[in-house]
Amino acid sequence: MPVRRLVPTQEAADLLELTRDLARSELAPRVVQAEASETFPREVFRTLGRAGLLGLPYDESVGGGGQPYEVYLQVLEEIAAVWASVGVGVSVHGLSCFGLATVGTPEQQRWLPEMLAGELLGAYCLSEPHAGSDPAAMRTRAVRDGDEYVLTGEKAWTTHGGQADFYKVMARTSDHRSRGISCFLVPGDAPGLSADPAEHKMGLTGSTTATMRFEGVRIPAERRLGEEGQGLPIALAGLDAGRLGIAAVATGLAQGALDDAVAYAKERETFGKPIIDHQGLGFLLADMAAAVETSRAMTLHAARLKDAGLPYGQQASIAKLVATDNAMKVTTDAVQVLGGFGYTRDFPVERYMREAKVMQIFEGTNQIQRLVISRALATGVTGATTVLGAPQPALVS
Amino acid sequence: MNIVVLVKQVPDSGSERKLDSSDNTVARASADNVINEMDEYAIEEALTVKESQGGEVTVLTVGPGSATDAIRKALSMGADKAVHVTDDAVHGSCAVQTSAVIAAALQQLEYDLVLCGAESTDGQVSVMPALLSERLGIPHLSGARKLTVEGTTVRVERQTDGGYWMLESSLPAIVSTWDTINEPRYPSFKGIMAAKKKPVETKSLADLGVDPASVGLATATSRVLDFAGRPPKGEGVKVADEGDGAEKLVGYLAAQKLV
Repeated sequence: MPVRRLVPTQEAADLLELTRDLARSELAPRVVQAEASETFPREVFRTLGRAGLLGLPYDESVGGGGQPYEVYLQVLEEIAAVWASVGVGVSVHGLSCFGLATVGTPEQQRWLPEMLAGELLGAYCLSEPHAGSDPAAMRTRAVRDGDEYVLTGEKAWTTHGGQADFYKVMARTSDHRSRGISCFLVPGDAPGLSADPAEHKMGLTGSTTATMRFEGVRIPAERRLGEEGQGLPIALAGLDAGRLGIAAVATGLAQGALDDAVAYAKERETFGKPIIDHQGLGFLLADMAAAVETSRAMTLHAARLKDAGLPYGQQASIAKLVATDNAMKVTTDAVQVLGGFGYTRDFPVERYMREAKVMQIFEGTNQIQRLVISRALATGVTGATTVLGAPQPALVS
Repeated sequence: MNIVVLVKQVPDSGSERKLDSSDNTVARASADNVINEMDEYAIEEALTVKESQGGEVTVLTVGPGSATDAIRKALSMGADKAVHVTDDAVHGSCAVQTSAVIAAALQQLEYDLVLCGAESTDGQVSVMPALLSERLGIPHLSGARKLTVEGTTVRVERQTDGGYWMLESSLPAIVSTWDTINEPRYPSFKGIMAAKKKPVETKSLADLGVDPASVGLATATSRVLDFAGRPPKGEGVKVADEGDGAEKLVGYLAAQKLV
């Protein structure tokens, strides 16, 4: 992907080069077949894991890569530019470790190195069939029984459902709407835990999405993360970070679509010249490029706020909203650039378009993002904040 | 078992490569430079031998300042340390001159085995291991597709067009490897972080005791006199099948000496 990037360190530049290597040699040869046959590429995640790409934003002391979000998200973008399903998977895995890393006790965090080492894959369970945008309406229950909790209910739209080695699960421990939810880390092989047949989705067909059933799943009480009733804040904090992940994935997807469209428009001739030299098509491509760069700029801006320890929830929502809407537009226009060929399954752009659609829906629909943004406008403090980050020599990657 | 791997930074063979029109040498400054692809197989083989036999893997490169990128890649794959010979006087050196520089650098290192790729994708002269073998007085086993080390003996399967030869020599020795020998590992991010702390020693010609006047374009044994771009692709040959299409196709391939 011919993108000019600024990264803060030499190791970040080397990391991005490694990512491009892996994307070109390990992801690109497999994506078409896996997406067409709806096959989950478990081995690809192991390859990425062994390279250290599944724990990048976490501290080195717990086995992570110690990378700022600014760098991690650009890695995610490079992956998604070649294979969106895998980009989403890496983001979801990262998010499934988020609760343990942020609210887990030191005793509980002994599980983290194994979760971040790359051999294991995580998933998280928040939505239910009737409770997506409104997670506080969830019904899945966790009932305390001595030193254990017993979980009963169903969780919808679980990415990696049935494939994952562990699940971060939100379940109700009391009837209080928002303060009655707790967070649990459930091993994938827990008795009573099962996955429904995978959903037949419009896109991201290489990523397994399934409803997870909890039928009296018993887990030790020590697998509860945070206090009882703290689950919803943990979930929502994770979503802020997750939205940045999806914004990066959408940016990568759009970049991939742009690259394919430009390559085609340089080669394809009508009326005696390449179609990119016809202003109508050239300007369409220009707008696509502007959209992709805008997505990247917004995503990295939010990431830098997060890296500086500043509030970034509103900017994460803006990044998710802008990047996914842009991805929908750019991928749709990529189909337009390729014309009739673009509408066939012999070219990847129609797949990009199908993949973009869900990004406007998951990790908080774009209507929910607008809700978050407008609420922040209504309640937020006014006035400017300028924080001076430690100046670092910028490196080009 | 101490192994030295010879590594060269070359312009990416997948991108447009140019010669510098002022002196007909490879234009390195403007190129997208990468580690010579074949060298990655030599590094992998060195790491594999080290993993079973212990010892250290040292990367040795001769090249401009930017060659540190190639060194870093080798170190992030798992090599232990590196020696970077860099000196403006080396610019434009032919293979014979370069072999004198590499041999001098090798003489300052302890090695049981020297590994290198069978060719570089820029010059493709492919004589370096033979030249070094002569200069160092050690056996040269070229074109390996398989390598085993037992005690002080190295055994190699030399790949040929029709099969392979079994070769054996005592150590120390120099072995060049083809891309059939293994599947190079990717660096890991941990490897990238670890590479930052690994020692890289920079040496000039003076450090090696090599006379700067003995190397470089002015005294090179060979140099590029002229060059031209690849001619544009000609029109293809169309064969109309009138029941004898296969015959015509085979005839064409035979005429081109392709079968």
